[in-house]
Amino acid sequence: MAMSEPLGRAGNIERKEPYIGPGETYESITNNISDIVLVHPKDTPRGWIFGFAIAVLVLFIFLYAITDLLIRGVGVWGINIPVAWGFDIINFVWWIGIGHAGTLISAILLLFAQDWRNSINRFAEAMTLFAVACAGLFPILHLGRPWFFYWLAPYPNTFGMWPQFRSALTWDVFAISTYAFISLLFWLIGLIPDFAKMRDRSTHPVPKFFYGAASLGWRGSARHWNRYEIAYILLAGLSTPLVVSVHSIISLDFAISVVPGWNPTVFPPYFVAGAVFAGFAMVLLLMIPVRSLYGLQQYVTMKHIDNMAKIMLATGMIVVYGYLVELYIAFYSGAELELALVQNRLFGMYGWAFWALIFFNGVCIQPLWFPQVRRNLPALIVISICVSIGMWLERFVIIVGSLSTDFLPSSWAPFTPTFWDFLLYFGTFGLFFSGMLLFIRVMPMINIFEMQVLQYKEDMKREAEQQA
Amino acid sequence: MLHKTILPAGSDATHNQSGIIELTEGSPAPRLSPQEQLRDFQERMELLRGKQGKAYWRGLEELADTPQFDEVLQREFPRGAAEWLDPISRRNFLKLMGASLALAGVTACTRQADEYILPYTNAPVGLLPGVPAYYATAMPLGGLTTGLLAKSVMSRPIKLEGNPKHPASLGATDLLAQASILTFYDPERSQVVFNGSNQSTWANFVTNIGPQMEQIKAVSGTGLAFLTEATSSPTFAALMERLLVDVPNATWYQYEPLARDNAFRASELAFGQQVLPKYDFTKADVVLSLDADFLNGGVAWVRYAHDYATRRRIWEGDLSRLYVIEATPSATGTMADHRITARPSEVEAMARAIAQQLGVNVPQASGLTLTEKQEKAVAGLVSDLQAKRGSSIVIAGDEQPPAVHMLAFAINEALGNVGSTVEYIETPLVQPSHNFEGIKALSDAMGSGAVQMLVIIGPNPVFTAPADLDFGAKLAQVPFSVHMGLYRDETGQAVTWHIPETHFLETWSDGRAYDGTTTIMQPLIAPLFNARSPIELLSVLRGVELPSIDLIRTQWGVPANDRFNTFWQTTLNEGLVADSEAEPVNVTLDLGSLPPAPTLDAGSFEVVFRPDPALYDGRFANNGWLQEVPKPLTKITWDNPALVSPRTAVALLNIPVGDVANLKPEDYEKLSGANGRMLDITYGGRVLRVPLWVTPGHPDNTITLYVGSGHTAMGVIANGTGFNTYSIRTSDAPWFGPATVTATAEQYRLVSTQMHHSMEGRAIVRIGTLDRYRENPEFVKDLAEFNENLKKSLFTGEWEYNGHAWGMTIDLNTCTGCNACLVACQAENNIPIVGKSEVAVGREMHWIRIDRYYGGTLEDPMMYFQPMACVHCEKAPCELVCPVAATVHSHEGINSMIYNRCVGTKYCSNNCPYKVRRFNFLQYVDETTPSFKLMRNPEVTVRSRGVMEKCTYCQQRISTVGQAAKVENRPIAANEIKTACQQVCPTGAIVFGDINNPEDTVTAIKELPLNYAVLGELNVVPRTTYLGRLMNFNPEIGGDIGITYFIEQHHGQGDEHSNDHGENSE
Repeated sequence: MAMSEPLGRAGNIERKEPYIGPGETYESITNNISDIVLVHPKDTPRGWIFGFAIAVLVLFIFLYAITDLLIRGVGVWGINIPVAWGFDIINFVWWIGIGHAGTLISAILLLFAQDWRNSINRFAEAMTLFAVACAGLFPILHLGRPWFFYWLAPYPNTFGMWPQFRSALTWDVFAISTYAFISLLFWLIGLIPDFAKMRDRSTHPVPKFFYGAASLGWRGSARHWNRYEIAYILLAGLSTPLVVSVHSIISLDFAISVVPGWNPTVFPPYFVAGAVFAGFAMVLLLMIPVRSLYGLQQYVTMKHIDNMAKIMLATGMIVVYGYLVELYIAFYSGAELELALVQNRLFGMYGWAFWALIFFNGVCIQPLWFPQVRRNLPALIVISICVSIGMWLERFVIIVGSLSTDFLPSSWAPFTPTFWDFLLYFGTFGLFFSGMLLFIRVMPMINIFEMQVLQYKEDMKREAEQQA
Repeated sequence: MLHKTILPAGSDATHNQSGIIELTEGSPAPRLSPQEQLRDFQERMELLRGKQGKAYWRGLEELADTPQFDEVLQREFPRGAAEWLDPISRRNFLKLMGASLALAGVTACTRQADEYILPYTNAPVGLLPGVPAYYATAMPLGGLTTGLLAKSVMSRPIKLEGNPKHPASLGATDLLAQASILTFYDPERSQVVFNGSNQSTWANFVTNIGPQMEQIKAVSGTGLAFLTEATSSPTFAALMERLLVDVPNATWYQYEPLARDNAFRASELAFGQQVLPKYDFTKADVVLSLDADFLNGGVAWVRYAHDYATRRRIWEGDLSRLYVIEATPSATGTMADHRITARPSEVEAMARAIAQQLGVNVPQASGLTLTEKQEKAVAGLVSDLQAKRGSSIVIAGDEQPPAVHMLAFAINEALGNVGSTVEYIETPLVQPSHNFEGIKALSDAMGSGAVQMLVIIGPNPVFTAPADLDFGAKLAQVPFSVHMGLYRDETGQAVTWHIPETHFLETWSDGRAYDGTTTIMQPLIAPLFNARSPIELLSVLRGVELPSIDLIRTQWGVPANDRFNTFWQTTLNEGLVADSEAEPVNVTLDLGSLPPAPTLDAGSFEVVFRPDPALYDGRFANNGWLQEVPKPLTKITWDNPALVSPRTAVALLNIPVGDVANLKPEDYEKLSGANGRMLDITYGGRVLRVPLWVTPGHPDNTITLYVGSGHTAMGVIANGTGFNTYSIRTSDAPWFGPATVTATAEQYRLVSTQMHHSMEGRAIVRIGTLDRYRENPEFVKDLAEFNENLKKSLFTGEWEYNGHAWGMTIDLNTCTGCNACLVACQAENNIPIVGKSEVAVGREMHWIRIDRYYGGTLEDPMMYFQPMACVHCEKAPCELVCPVAATVHSHEGINSMIYNRCVGTKYCSNNCPYKVRRFNFLQYVDETTPSFKLMRNPEVTVRSRGVMEKCTYCQQRISTVGQAAKVENRPIAANEIKTACQQVCPTGAIVFGDINNPEDTVTAIKELPLNYAVLGELNVVPRTTYLGRLMNFNPEIGGDIGITYFIEQHHGQGDEHSNDHGENSE
C-alpha cells in the first residue's frame, strides 16, 4: 500500500474538513481535470481565447519595449546617478518573490506531508516558472551592454577571465539559474504520470504523439512508481534549501553593500518571508478565478484557500516585523546614517511609499485573522492585490528610497520613472499570462493522480467512519 | 583634405611627384596677390586644354598646387555649392568635377568616405608618433592674454595648460581656456565666406573689397568705421595705425559687452590718465572687495586667485582676512570671512562710508540704512583695515561705477597700500576707449547714414550691443559691412560680407597680459576651415595680402628667412617676450572730480547684469562643455535664470513659508517650487520674460541676470539656450539700474545638478574657526565617529602598498569653486556632454563635481564648496560588487575602470558612498563628427553607451611619466605627475602625488592636522583627503560657521560657535 500511496504521506492526519469535495470518484477526477486540456481546439472556452489574445498582445508590447531598450540603451528609463537601479531591479525582485510560492508548496509542504498542497502545487509551480522567466529577463535587460550578459557566467574564454565571485550579482546568476532549472525539473517530473494519462485519453494522433513523448514511456508499473517517488522526493530535498537560498541571495544583492537601508542583517529571512507572502498572494489571485471558470471548486476547496490565506498572514506578519526591526535597530544603534535613513524613509522624499507599504502589507492583511474573511473570495482577491502592490512598494522603498538619499546630500536626487519603465513592467504580464494560459490549455493544471490518492484517503476514512 | 589638418605649426605643404606630402619648415612660399593667383590659375587651366594622357594628369597636378584649386576642393562637399553662384569659376568647377574621380590619385579628394592616409616620407623633426609636444601660446580674452602651453599629439592640439612662466597663468588657467579647445574643433564655427546669405569665397571677397577700399580711400576714409574687440596686440595696433594713415577720416571703435569702462573712467578722473591697478595679494593681510569677484572673474583672476590662496594656508603662515561687500553671490563671496550682502547701488554708499571712516573725506550718500549686522561688519572691517596699513587691499568690481573705483584708489592711497600691495601700470590695451559710449556713437552715426562702410572684427554687436541702440536695424542701413568672427552669428548674418575668423590656436598673433607681458602666439595647426586672422584682414584692407606669420615677423623685426633668430626662438619657446612687463607709473590721486554722492532708493527693484560664470559674454555660448558647467552656487546648467533672494521670491510669489529670516538650508525645498516661475522684468522700457531661481545670499529686491545666453544664430548648442538678457540692457546703465518686476503664472523648467542645500549635520565639509584650530589643531578629526577599531581586519595578508601609492589632497581653504578643474577633466578625459534633458534626470557625466553646501540661514548663508571626484578607496565598495571585475584595484592603489570589461550593472555606482561614478545611460559620445575625433585625447578610451566611468587619477598621465622614468632608468621624481584638475587649479587647492614618497608635497599635506577623509568613518580608506576649512573671523565682528555637526549635537562636544542649526539632521 505504501508504495502505491505516492510519497508515502501519512494518511492519518486528523482534519475536520476534506481537501476534496464530496461525490468525487477516480473517474470523475480524471475526466474533470483532463477534459479541460483535451477539449477540441474548436471548443476552447471563449474566455480563454479572449484572455490569451490580450496576453499575447501585451507580450508584443513587451517585445516592443525590449527592442527599444536594446536599440537606445537603459537611458530610456528614469534611472540616474544616484538611483542607478529602478524599476528593473524592483520588478526583478518582485517577480522572483512571486515565484517563491511554487517551490515552497512543492518542496517544503511535500516534505511536511501537507496533503492540501496536492491540488495547487502544479499550478503554483507553473506560476513559479513563468515568474522566474519574467524575473530572469530583468538582470539581463538592466545591463548597460546586455549583449555581454554571459560574462557573468563562468565559462572558458580567451580573456582568461572568470566572474568576480565576491559580487552578489555573480551569486545571483547561480542562484536563479539553479532555481529555475530545479523548478523546471521538479515540475516536469511531477507531470510524467499525468502526461501518460493524457496520452492514453487523447483520441487525436497529434496530442497523443506529444503527450506520449512527454510521458517518457510511463506505463504506471510499480517499478515506475517506485522510481518516480524516489526522484520526486530527492528533488524536493534539493529544492528545499533553494526556497531559502534564492531569496536570501537576492537579499544579499543589497545586503553586501554599504548603502544605508540596504544592509540590515535581518534581510535574508525577511526577504524569504516577503517572497512567500507575495507568492501566496499571487497564487490566490490566479487560483480563485481559474477555479471558478473551470469549475474546480471540488479540488481547490475553501479549505485550501483558507490555508493559503493563513500562510499569507503568517509571512505578512514576519515581513511587518522586519520593517519594525529595521526602525528599531536604527534607533538602537544611534548611528548617524541609520537615523537619517529612518527619517528619510518615514518622512523623506519617498515617505508616501513607506506608509503605503505599511498600509498594503501590514494593515490590509489583518482581516485574515477572521475565518470569514479567509473564505470570502472577493475579499481575498482585494487583499492579494494589496499584497502584490505592497510587496512591489517594499522593493521600491528599499531600492529607490535608499539610493535617492544616501551619504552625501549633494548627490541626493529623486527618481522619476518614464513611460518605458512602465511599459516594460506592464509587458512582463504579457509573458507571464501567455505562459500561464498556455499551461492551463495544454497541461492538466491539477495533479490528477495525487487527487486520486486524496480521494482514496477520503474513501478509506469514510469507510472507517462507517465501520465505526 | 586630411593633410590640411595635420600640418604642424609653421609648416607648409607641397606635393612632390608621388603625391605624398613633404613638409618644409619655415615660412611658406611667397604668396601672389589674389588677382595674380587667379590669372595663374586660369593660365594653367588653359594649358590643360587639349592635353591628353600623361601630360593631362601632370597638368592637373600642377593645377592642384594653386590656392584656387584648393579652395574649390576644400569646399567640395557641402560648401561646393558656393561655386554655383560664382560667375568666375563656375565653368572651371564643372570641368574639374568631371575629372574629380580620377583626381583621387592626386589629392585624395573624391567623396568624403574615401580618405587616404598620407604617411610622412620625411617626418618633421621632433615629431614622434603618439608622443605629445607642447607649444607655448596664449589665449586672448577681453583684450588681455593668458599664457598657455598647448599639448599637441600628432600635430593636433588636444589640451591646453597654463604656461608656468607666464605671470597671468603661473601654470593654471580658467575654465574658458580649458573649453576653448572644444570651440576650436566646433564644427559649427564659421567655415565659409558669406556674401549676404550666399556662400562665397575669400578670393571673391578680396576681389570685391579692393575697389571698395579704393573708393573709401578716395574720400580719406569718410564714412568708414571699424568696430573691433578690445585688443592688446602690437601687430594689430600697428596695422590699424597704418591703415588709418590711408583712411584718416575713418573711426575705430572698440566694443566688449563686459568692457571695463568704469575702471578706465575712474582712472581718468582720478589720475588724469588710463592706468591699471595691479595687486599683490601675497602681501595683503586684509582684503576688502567692493563687489569685485576677483577670485573668479575680471582682470587676471587666475593670477590673483593664486596669490590670494598663498595667504590662506595656515601651515604656511598667518591667514589673511577677506571682506566682501557684494550683490550677486560669487566665488569671492564664498571665500570671504565676512560677506556683507548689499544691493549693487548700496555698494557705493557703503564705500563712501568706509572711506570716510578711514580718513578720506568724501560726500556721503543719502538713504543708506545698514542693518545691525552690516553696521557691525563695516565697523570691524574699518578697524581691521586701519590696523593693516600698507598690507591691505581694497579692490572695486568692474560693474561698480567709477566713484567706487576712485574710492578704492583713495582708500588704498590713504592706507599706504600703494607701492606695497597695489601699484599702477599703464594699461596694456591698445587705445582703450569707453566702449559703451563708443558703440553708442557708432550706432548714432550708422543711424544718421554717416557710415558707408563698417568693418567689424570680432564682436557680435547685433547680439551684445545695448538694446536701446537697436544696432541690428541700423546695421541694415549700412551699405557695405564686413564682419569677421568665429561664428556666422547674429552679426555675421546681417552684414554684406562675413569672413570666418581663425581661432587663436590656428593663427599667428600676439598680445599682452594684464601686467604688459607680451606673448607671440603661435598656431598649433593650419586653419581647420577657410578662416583668416584679423591681421590678415587688415592687411587685405590695405591692399596687400600677407599671411599672419609674415605680419608678425615683420612687426617683431624677424626676417622671414632668419631661421635661427634667437629672439624669435626663445620667445616662441618661452611663450613670452622677455622683460616685457609694464613698469609701474607714478600717479597723483585727485578726488576733485569724484562724481556726486548718490541718493539711494530703497523701494525699487534693481537689476544687475553679470558676466556668465561659464559663458563669459556669450562668445562661448556654442561650447557644450561650458553650457553644461554647473554654475557656481546655483549649479544650474544650460540656462541663465534671474537670481533672486529667498525673501524677494516669497514676496513676489506669495509663498507661505512663515518667517523668511529663519529659513535654514534644509528648508530650501519649501522655496524650490518657486524656481522656474517666469518673471517679467522691465528695464529701460524693455521687458524680458525670464525664470527665477531662489538664490540664498542674494540681496533683496535685486535681480541678477547673467549675460551671454539666448543666441538666435550661432549654432545648435547656443541657439535658444537660455535667455537673451542683452535684450533689455541699456547703454546708459549697462551694469545695474532700477527695474520693475512682475511675476507671471508661467513655469519654466530649470535644471540644477545639486538639489539639496544642507549638509544635514554630517561632517562632510569640516569647518572651524581659527580660534578653534588654535585650541585643537586636530579638531576636524573629532567631527566624525571614526573608531580606530574599524581599522582591525578579519583578514590577514592585506595588500601592502610598497611601491608607489597615489593619493590626493584637496584644500577646502582655497577652492573657489571656479569649475576650471571640471572642464579640464572633461578635456583631458574625453568626457561627453549630455544636454539639458539628461542633466535634468541626473545623468551629467562630469568626473569631478563641485559640491556646494550652505550653512546658517538662507538669507545670509555661509557657503562652502567641496570638489568631489573618485577618492580611490583602498577598500573600495565598488570593486566588491562588480560581477565581471570591471573595476579593480591597481597595485599602486588606483581604483581602475576596465571599460572593455564593463557590462553596466551599475551596482558599483549604487555602492559608491561618494556617488562619483558616471554611467553612459545612452550613447553620449559623438562618434561621428569628424572634427571631434581630432579633438580627443588619444591616451584615454572613448566610452560607449552602457559603460560606467569615473575619475582615474589621470592614469594616462601617471603611465606616461612612469614610462619615461623607466626609459631613463630613474625613479619617478617627487611631484612629477600632475593630474588635469591639479594642473589647472589656479589656487593649487588640489595636490596629487605618491603618498609613499616623503618628498612629495601630498605626503606632507596629509600629515597636516587639518587633513581628514570624507566619510572616513566607513573605513573605505579613501586616497583623496581634504583639508578642513578655517574661517578667520574678525573677533570684533564675530562669526558663525553656520553648521552644527551631528556629533556635537549628540555628544555635547559642540564648540562655542555652534547654533542650533542642524537640529533636524537625522
